Amino acid sequence: MLTLTCPYCGIAAEETELQPGGEAHLKRFGPGSSDAEFEAYLFARRNPKGVHFERWRHAYGCGKWFMAARDTATLQVYGTYKAQTPFPTPEIVAAIQHRHPQWRPDFDATSPTPTSAPEGLTQ
Amino acid sequence: MTQTGPFRLPRGGRLIDRAYQLPFRFDGRQMRGVAGDTLASALLANGQLMMGRSFKYHRPRGPIASGAEEPNALLGLGQGGRFEPNQRATTTPLVGGMVTASQNAWPSLNADIGAVNNWLYRFFPAGFYYKTFMHPRPFWKHVFEPIIRRSAGLGKAPTEADPDKYEQAYAHVDVVVVGGGIAGLTAARDAGRDGKSVWLVEQTPHFGGRTPTDHADGQSRVDALLAELRGMENVTLRRATQATGLYDHGYLLVRESLADHDPNAGIPRQRLWRIRAGHVVVATGALERPLSFAGNDVPGVMLASALRDYIDLYGVAPGRRIVVVTNNDDAYRTALAALDAGLKVVAVIDARSTADGALPAAVRARGLRVLTGSAIAGIKGGHAVEAVKICAHSGSGQVTETVDADCVAMSGGWSPVVHLWSHCGGKLNWSDAQTMFAPDPSRPPTGADGNAMASCAGAAAGDLLAAELTGAQAESALMPVWVMPAHATRKMKFKMWLDFQNDVKVSDVELAAQEGYHSVEHTKRYTTLGMATDQGKVSNINGLAVLSKALNQPIPATGTTTFRPPYTPLTLGAIAAEARGETFLPLRKTPMHGWHEAQGAFFEPVGHWRRPYCYPKGGESHGDAVAREIRAVRASVGTLDASTLGKIIVKGPDAGKFLDMMYTGMMSSLPIGKCRYGLICNENGFLIDDGVAARLSDDTWLVHTTTGGAERMHGHFEDWLQCEWWDWKVWTANVTEQWAQVAVVGPKARMLLERLGGMDLSAEALPFMGWAEGQVAGIPARVYRISFSGELSFEVAVPANRGLELWEKLHEAGRDLDVTPYGTEAMHVMRAEKGFIMIGDETDGTVIPQDLGMSWAISKKKSDYIGKRAQERSHMTDPGRWKLVGLESLDGRVLPDGVYAVDEGVNANGQRKVQGRVTSTYLSPTLDRPIAMGLVRHGPQRMGEVLEFPAGGQDSYKARIVDPVFYDKEGSRANG
Ligand SMILES: [Zn+2]
Repeated sequence: MLTLTCPYCGIAAEETELQPGGEAHLKRFGPGSSDAEFEAYLFARRNPKGVHFERWRHAYGCGKWFMAARDTATLQVYGTYKAQTPFPTPEIVAAIQHRHPQWRPDFDATSPTPTSAPEGLTQ
Repeated sequence: MTQTGPFRLPRGGRLIDRAYQLPFRFDGRQMRGVAGDTLASALLANGQLMMGRSFKYHRPRGPIASGAEEPNALLGLGQGGRFEPNQRATTTPLVGGMVTASQNAWPSLNADIGAVNNWLYRFFPAGFYYKTFMHPRPFWKHVFEPIIRRSAGLGKAPTEADPDKYEQAYAHVDVVVVGGGIAGLTAARDAGRDGKSVWLVEQTPHFGGRTPTDHADGQSRVDALLAELRGMENVTLRRATQATGLYDHGYLLVRESLADHDPNAGIPRQRLWRIRAGHVVVATGALERPLSFAGNDVPGVMLASALRDYIDLYGVAPGRRIVVVTNNDDAYRTALAALDAGLKVVAVIDARSTADGALPAAVRARGLRVLTGSAIAGIKGGHAVEAVKICAHSGSGQVTETVDADCVAMSGGWSPVVHLWSHCGGKLNWSDAQTMFAPDPSRPPTGADGNAMASCAGAAAGDLLAAELTGAQAESALMPVWVMPAHATRKMKFKMWLDFQNDVKVSDVELAAQEGYHSVEHTKRYTTLGMATDQGKVSNINGLAVLSKALNQPIPATGTTTFRPPYTPLTLGAIAAEARGETFLPLRKTPMHGWHEAQGAFFEPVGHWRRPYCYPKGGESHGDAVAREIRAVRASVGTLDASTLGKIIVKGPDAGKFLDMMYTGMMSSLPIGKCRYGLICNENGFLIDDGVAARLSDDTWLVHTTTGGAERMHGHFEDWLQCEWWDWKVWTANVTEQWAQVAVVGPKARMLLERLGGMDLSAEALPFMGWAEGQVAGIPARVYRISFSGELSFEVAVPANRGLELWEKLHEAGRDLDVTPYGTEAMHVMRAEKGFIMIGDETDGTVIPQDLGMSWAISKKKSDYIGKRAQERSHMTDPGRWKLVGLESLDGRVLPDGVYAVDEGVNANGQRKVQGRVTSTYLSPTLDRPIAMGLVRHGPQRMGEVLEFPAGGQDSYKARIVDPVFYDKEGSRANG
């Protein structure tokens, strides 16, 4: 049973207080998108063994959605950050690289706003 | 001291107090033990060696162990609601007056009819169940099933509710040390000296583990550690407390026995601790392995360590003439303990060719026979050991000598207890030198910081002697012995037990390997090796070794099975704790709930709410009550408690834009003072909720959801607002419980409300699909003119604390109008008469609004809404999708709910093809005939066609496809 710290209220919340929301940083495709784009958005998920960005809601707490960067194999939590964040923050990236020096983000973490979907996030 | 049993030794027994005698019953017989006994030691002291029968063959069994790993001595404990099956006699403290019974035997332990299975053992090989299920079927049904049904399952389930109380508690601790043996005590002391908050949990009622029994100055070493620990304020010691599982991020489940088997203590029986541990030290010791020789399951054969425990801890001798059989030095301690207790040790049989360590030397010095290079060829005796047949270990079992004995102490070496380490991913290494799996400290279970959240200490870490802590002298190497003698015959292997509880023998595992079960996980399931309460404690390594040998590969190549929690069974009472009965789930009740109860309403659960299903009068059936309620509503006026409907405020400059994304229809264009029905889909396009939205002001909407959907829809809104359109200025609030809502429905609804006064509710002032704010009967109210029944209808919302007042005033004022409270079933039937859909009936998570003929509720103008893109997918636009129609039963019978309409032909599995199904079906009191709705392929284009609905057996229904609106097709009644 995981504990994740809600970045809004600062509470280290037990998994029973949280609602999972699947992979984070998906780009929504709506009307006008191709079948392939929409299918990827709706169904394709990375499901990695290792570093994963995911959505959680502090459902039995402040009610806010937030993101967690987590290792699905070791269960290490690299950090949590607010849902209103286009990409994992530089602090999160640094925390991941501290553990996995070889790990490289497949998005432009220095960009303040997303210009396009992070590569791989919507494949 | 014969009062406490003929097998009680004249002296000794570290844990017992002979001054306190405790009477108890076993299988109806009165026996006596003493304070400090376990049930097993008390039974042994009374000469009751046989404590149960095995699962499959019903073989007589006695205890082989003295602790949590015991597979045989499982008893039924207590009576009535306190009866508990499968309680381990070896870990159950004896309590005066205890009532116990053996299991798995009928009519009695000594004369068990099921033991016939024992003679048929050749017909119950590994995978017996799987093989028998295959064929021939009649043989299964008439021969094996009756036998298996009678013997299946260990013990009996209690039939009454458990009267005991259980509680749960939370703790946050820096370091939890599991195991109160010398390694655990030392680890706790070290952590305590570091100033950390420390818990030490010990499964038995005593600290010290094996050390006081096995080492000369063991007790004083333990006492010194305990003294220091008791002086530390940051250290908590808990005995009779079992860590059962270690989970993610240091979540440790720990069961503390408070009043087990002492129901009159007046305190909770057990406390389940849910601990968040910064670090867990696994100091759970090691378990001794049996040796696989023919007859190793005869009562009287036990682990060497268990025999010396019974002698040293309880002053009990399970036998008088003892044979020790071993492949290591440690078992010689048992020979010495038996000698010290005045028992006869017939011989020590050692499979090794030499035994010249300090312990064997000490045994020889006492004049005992040590037979090296030797093995046991077989045991004489069925219900108890009578004699031991000895042979050379290197041979195939040629008996060289037979010695009289009544007890065999066996030792095949020791295995670290790695369960907790493994529960959450800690990995193991095989050690050839020590012949065991031990934790690999470089591959620990990791916590939230990515570092080890557990470490092992002492024997659990593979340091079996823990010489640094115990002062033990070095021992000579063990010799791996997996089958004894080395070249045992096939016949002997049929009598060599690996898993005593599940009756898995060497021959079974070899057969599994021969039949192609090369994976240890598959073999485990095929043979049932290590299943049930054993969880690999006694059987794991021996079974693995036999499988590896059969596969001709080293043990680490075969691998080990996965250890899963719980280490020992956890009672459901502790898991549920206070969450039972009324406190299992808090019920949601409307402000009018008490009134409904007083009227004798029959309630149904809707989400966590309880809603009146109907209000039966006198001896009225539910069906009759529903029919009466509907007739009253359609003839005059009725009231429905609609308070449970979800009510969500959506407010802000971008609220209209947001609602246009949430609903398939257009909500931004809704004028203030008006209501609009809307559909909510998920991004997959499927319909998930519906309801009426009202525009309260320029920037505020109140949206109604289904009763069960309020929290879900509020969460759905928040998800999109927080995670997708977080720059939109919209706020939402779930105000469901702030309002009581009453639907006043029927041709006389307006007349009734006008009697209460306060608002102009005329058709001019409040037209259909309008809403108005004002007062009703002096209560501030919002009145929505919406209808789910097809009748003239007003939904009146008032502050929750005035709901009952409004409800009572309506019933007072409408007495002469026959104002009738109606429940959810009347509501359902009336909506079906009108062809209105119900979320959860017409929808099941795979239905889109277009399937329901609701394209009118989908805006053509909007470029986007949640679900729009999905509804453009090819499968969603397939004209062959099943669509909503009405169904008219041909023979006047009500169609069964959920039945399928069959089509011509069969599918690939030989089943009839289907072309539709019933989604709602009722007897309409209004029309006095059955009505139904369903989804049918090309349904709307097939009006008048007759479909067939098989309903099991020869029964079949026929129904005609008709318009789904059965009543008041023009919709004039809603106008009053
Ligand atoms: Zn929070």
